[in-house]
Amino acid sequence: MPSKTHVTATINGEEVEFLCEPHQSLLEVLRETLGLMGAKEGCNNGNCGSCNVILEGRLVNSCLVLAVEIQGKSVTTIEGIATPEGLHPLQQKFIEHAALQCGYCTPGFIVAAKALLDQNPNPSEHEVREWLAGNLCRCTGYDRIVKAVLDAADS
Amino acid sequence: MQSFDYATPKSAEEVATLLAGKNGEAQILAGGTDLLVQLREGRRQAKLVIDIKNIPELTQVTFDPQNGLRIGAAASCFQICSDPNVRQHYPGLVDAVRLIGGVQIQNRASVGGNLCNASPAADSIPALIVHEAVCHITGSNETRTLPVEEFCMAPGKNAMRPGEFLTSIGVPVPQGNFGASYLRFIPRSEMDIAVVGAGASVVLNAEGKQFVSARIALGAVAPTPLLASDAGAFLAGKAVTRENVREAAHRAQAIAQPITDLRGTAEHRRHLCAVLVERAVGKAIERAGGQYAQ
Ligand code: FES
Ligand code: FES
Repeated sequence: MPSKTHVTATINGEEVEFLCEPHQSLLEVLRETLGLMGAKEGCNNGNCGSCNVILEGRLVNSCLVLAVEIQGKSVTTIEGIATPEGLHPLQQKFIEHAALQCGYCTPGFIVAAKALLDQNPNPSEHEVREWLAGNLCRCTGYDRIVKAVLDAADS
Repeated sequence: MQSFDYATPKSAEEVATLLAGKNGEAQILAGGTDLLVQLREGRRQAKLVIDIKNIPELTQVTFDPQNGLRIGAAASCFQICSDPNVRQHYPGLVDAVRLIGGVQIQNRASVGGNLCNASPAADSIPALIVHEAVCHITGSNETRTLPVEEFCMAPGKNAMRPGEFLTSIGVPVPQGNFGASYLRFIPRSEMDIAVVGAGASVVLNAEGKQFVSARIALGAVAPTPLLASDAGAFLAGKAVTRENVREAAHRAQAIAQPITDLRGTAEHRRHLCAVLVERAVGKAIERAGGQYAQ
């Protein structure tokens, strides 16, 4: 039985230490070891984006990252998007546009959209749709999501 | 997921030593977008997972005007597509690599992994073939180089022997009036697997009216991606006309051995071969600064 590995990483700006087994995904450790339940498990194989986090500034599916891989790296999850002062504009706009129904996909969409706006503050509708192609929603039909992201970019 | 040990070697030599000690029970991890899914589904077994992303030589993309491009086996699709030298000199590769998955996958998946997985429908492989790319392979006591078109043996099987691993992909500097492109057919606009893929590269004469040489490659129409040598050879020395390109497309179509599966029928795939090759060659001509004779 492989032994547990000690990992130190920065999560949402704070240094975090945890023990995990090498086969555990980052998603599993975020949810089950660190209690960060925002990232969701949809497909667990890289198709749905509901587990999205930002790793070293780049958007990734946390179900396709081993937790041991984040040693010394920095991760932002949905829990790190709002500030103590209030919601992030993306979160605010998702509420205003009712860009969610069951909400299961929402953390993934918001993290993905944040990664987009961080590198392209003024995306076109086409760019938003293309960027969000790796995120699936079973409820909304996407239109409201796209509008919420475009509106957040404007504000 | 099954349990395994995890190693982060710091050099290619160390990877070779680790692989040799594990007798085929180790797997190389680059972006993990295929490997972790396969391990989870039990389609692949590992006692040891060797993460090669801490080895600069295996993660870098470098370009030299003499020796060409070297893509480290673990370099991500994002890294490759945003490299200014890749964008300038290897348009066919950019066409293909940017089609692989969404942003999340682009940020992790490597072209080395796309190649090693040897999927018949892998988008990067026909593009690498038309750019005359080679695989640099390291084993415990020797290194060797294999043209990309000889690397895939069957779906999911590549030409590497136990103990060997891919270190990098080498792509020569295009010469003369060069253009290349890759196109694939999918029933939606993104996030899908090719029904058929076609790559083409051409070198035109100084006036842009005659082919000096051409290469055409196909994906998803045989157990491995195919180099359509006869189709490319046919164009060499011919005038840049629609008729000639159509004939080359038919010659490429002739080597396809497509199957019928959930993505498409054999008949549809055969039809697509000719259509896509014609368009891919057309795009390559345009990028080489040429155009069809009126
Ligand atoms: S749970 Fe990770 S992409 Fe679906
Ligand atoms: S709101 Fe239900 S899956 Fe998106």
